[in-house]
Amino acid sequence: MLLSLMIFIPLLGMIAVLLLPRESEELIKRVTLLFTLIPLALAVALFISYDRSTAGTQYVVNVPWIQAFNIQYHIGIDGLSVTLLLLTALLGPICVIASWRNIEKGIKAYMALFLLLETGMLGFFVALDLFLFYVFFELTLLPMYFLIGIWGGPRREYAAIKFFLYTLFGSVLMLVAMIAVYLNSGAPGARTFDIPTLITLASTEGHALNNLNFQIWVFLGFFVGFAVKVPIFPFHTWLPDAHVEAPTAISVILAGILLKMGTYGLVRVNMAMFPQGLDFFCNGMGFWGNSLALLGFINIVYGSFCALAQTDFKKLVAYSSIGHMGFVILGLSARNDSGITGAILQMFNHGVISAMLFLLVGVLYDRAHHREINGFGGLGTKMPVYTGITTLAFMASLGLPGLSGFVGEALSLLGAYDKFKLLTILSTIGIVVGAAYFLWTLQRVFLGTLNPKYEDLPEINGREILTLVPLGILTIVLGVWPNFAIDMFRESVTSLIGVLQVN
Amino acid sequence: MQPLSNIESLLYFSPEILLVIFAAAVVLLDLVVKDGESSAVAHLSLAGCICVFAAVLITHFSFGDEGPISLFLGMVRLDVFSSFFKVLLLLATAATILFSLRSDELDARLKGEYYALLLAITLGMFLMASSTNLLMIFISLETVSLTSYILAGFLTHSPRSSEAAFKYITYGAVASGTMLFGLSLLFGMTGTGDLGQISVRLTELLASGDITPLAVLIAITFILAGVGYKIASVPFHMWSPDVYEGAPIPITAFLSVASKSAGFALFIRFFYAGFGNAELMQAVDWTLMLAIVSALTMTVGNLAALPQQNVKRLLAYSSIAHGGYLLMGGVLLTSEGIGAILFYLVVYLFMNLGAFYVVVLIANEEGTEMIEGYRGLASRAPLVAWAMAIFLFSLTGIPPFAGFFGKWLLFAAVLEQGYYWLALVGLLNSVVSLYYYARIVKAMFLEDAGEETTQVSFSTGTFALLSVFVIPTILIGFLNIFYTFSNISASVIPMQ
Repeated sequence: MLLSLMIFIPLLGMIAVLLLPRESEELIKRVTLLFTLIPLALAVALFISYDRSTAGTQYVVNVPWIQAFNIQYHIGIDGLSVTLLLLTALLGPICVIASWRNIEKGIKAYMALFLLLETGMLGFFVALDLFLFYVFFELTLLPMYFLIGIWGGPRREYAAIKFFLYTLFGSVLMLVAMIAVYLNSGAPGARTFDIPTLITLASTEGHALNNLNFQIWVFLGFFVGFAVKVPIFPFHTWLPDAHVEAPTAISVILAGILLKMGTYGLVRVNMAMFPQGLDFFCNGMGFWGNSLALLGFINIVYGSFCALAQTDFKKLVAYSSIGHMGFVILGLSARNDSGITGAILQMFNHGVISAMLFLLVGVLYDRAHHREINGFGGLGTKMPVYTGITTLAFMASLGLPGLSGFVGEALSLLGAYDKFKLLTILSTIGIVVGAAYFLWTLQRVFLGTLNPKYEDLPEINGREILTLVPLGILTIVLGVWPNFAIDMFRESVTSLIGVLQVN
Repeated sequence: MQPLSNIESLLYFSPEILLVIFAAAVVLLDLVVKDGESSAVAHLSLAGCICVFAAVLITHFSFGDEGPISLFLGMVRLDVFSSFFKVLLLLATAATILFSLRSDELDARLKGEYYALLLAITLGMFLMASSTNLLMIFISLETVSLTSYILAGFLTHSPRSSEAAFKYITYGAVASGTMLFGLSLLFGMTGTGDLGQISVRLTELLASGDITPLAVLIAITFILAGVGYKIASVPFHMWSPDVYEGAPIPITAFLSVASKSAGFALFIRFFYAGFGNAELMQAVDWTLMLAIVSALTMTVGNLAALPQQNVKRLLAYSSIAHGGYLLMGGVLLTSEGIGAILFYLVVYLFMNLGAFYVVVLIANEEGTEMIEGYRGLASRAPLVAWAMAIFLFSLTGIPPFAGFFGKWLLFAAVLEQGYYWLALVGLLNSVVSLYYYARIVKAMFLEDAGEETTQVSFSTGTFALLSVFVIPTILIGFLNIFYTFSNISASVIPMQ
């Protein structure tokens, strides 16, 4: 009940916003903020009351939906979903506050779409029925298309449709795989979309789902769907376009939550449901046995080098996202305790840090109206508070020990070193390059002599600090006390590893 | 139960009889009312639809436990399947009448004939959905074709409309001729016109070796030409873009929905009742042919829709593509597949008619059918723009709209039979289709209207009618009742 309430409160908020008159903009913003704060309160309550000592799903609701196909409205949370749920609920109000002043036209439609997007994201992380999972996954597409397409930058039309087409391409392959799983799950009438049931069936000896060849193909179908979202090379090209054109708050959601939907899907479906398929792609000596780790490595190195080459601040952050998501893939492909724990932690940390980075880029863009890194210089003296927060975010992102980014990446690499020594060693190049581009950016934007054009640049204001402070606190807390988050999903990871060992 | 005699059948034939009465009444009323007051005629036709609707329900529920009834000595059948299509077709007709009332395109002086023809074509489609005899099938098909030729050419002042009618009639004549040839082959082989008998006779003949499977395959191919023409499947689709573009918008909407539905009704009944038994399907392998036709139809439709600038023409090609998706459900004639077709037809009725209604509204306001006319619609008429966006995304098959659930059922039915390549072709086609549907959305939401930013206001009636299409497009997928259609297919199987 609590979960359902949480998912559908933003939807109620959307209806409420739609009913308000278009002119009362302040009221619309306040209502939206209220309807994103309620899920946050609920998420915090869940976070506190979640029973950390068990791996089972909690707060389960399971009612029939489309009986003819045995589709259920089945939701529940485990350690992984509750962590990402908290992240989603936290970024909701932050994005509303970040959109307070810089959305000039159509604030009503913007807020309504944003609330719809939030429902899609929250629902996705709690869905335990494959069909429901898919519906929520796709539900985020439409609002995202409009949010980028209407309120984006100069090339917004191109970016929006590219995002839409790429994601839809991935999700139709996922749909085929999903139907294939359903059809093979039992005799007609006994088929199911229920994720926990499917996980059990897939590890039952002699069941149609427990077949290496079948698992490899459906693994691939789901993988492409999620890989577009993560994004994993070579499906990543939509991401820089979408990020650069999207308004600040939407970039935050895109990097903070939508990318996590891809990796969450990989854990929830690809790993848990198809352990044999996973085994094929990350165990063994041959090319296929290393393929998943290889993709992680490519993401890390390729993303970092691309970021190094950017002169657009936002594009740099976008490419750095690709690099950091590579650590998640690398950690997952290790399939051991520290690898998976690191990957999940990295998901959460990247959500927090990239959200900060995009917010910070937005702050600068709102003042200077451009994002050219080389066009600034010496801002450190002009905007000391802004410089301080940015430095914190940069350090967290490049993996400075003591801040959250380090823990996730270190654990991922630690786990991966067990299985893929060479790839892990090579992946550390990404960290070095990451330090290079962040420090270089820091130097170009904040140090040196002040560009006289920006003599009167105002310092970061209270509203902007309000959006950044909770995220900043999280990076520090998780940096020194990572168990704060790890405790949440430790049992879930242990149980996942148990599933992975069945072959 | 034995087929009823001609006199006994009349009672169960009341919907069709009522249609004839109302068609005649419309013509008579048109003689009395003054020019320019044609809305009375439209309202009478609308009243006719409601009466016929009641009659359909009454006759449907009157056969009770006795099961499907054969009427007129086995010419026509009254079963759940035909009642389903009658309701669907009546909805389409009623919507078309309402569109026509609001459309500025039509010549007010000719509206009497126009509405009478609409009722007549509905009669033909009723028969297409319920005929079980080769002769009746052909007659019903011709009734529909001849009437639609006239309706397509109804804009007498427009050369495009006349061209449409001419093209339609030329293609139509060839297709019906080909089909007639196929029907005569079938009759020659089996000596009967009754679909149920044909199925039995063909199985016997094939088993005894008196005819070869190839002969049956040839007959089927010829007959497919006629059916394929009605549902605009490749390679019999060439007429449809020109006809859809030239015809008045309400008629285009009607043809793309009702004509296609009736075509599918005929297709299902013909192939399911006539060729649906397992032995026959094993002997004559025509499923691959249908699968290829289906794949080609959606691909050609979608690729041709990509560069279109005229929304009506774009929707025409998209409607060809949807014919292809629908055919997927018919490839293997399973009850799941047929249930999926029926589900999709219901969804398609609402989303496609809705999209065409917006085209009517824009054509009235802007005087254009081109995509440019939709520019900045989101700021000028937000509700209409959002409604259109919902229809278009539903046509693409994006959740949570009903189109997604429809496509999902079709793909599941195809995958169930192991046709993975066909499902993949269909799904990739969905991705392609997003591009051209999104072009209209882009024009409405992402582009500015330019200098003219005047608000367009529509009447409450317009919004009410629009919501009749929007609400089902959003809700159908979430309602359990719509997933029971696969049961209907059982009623098509003929009594032995």
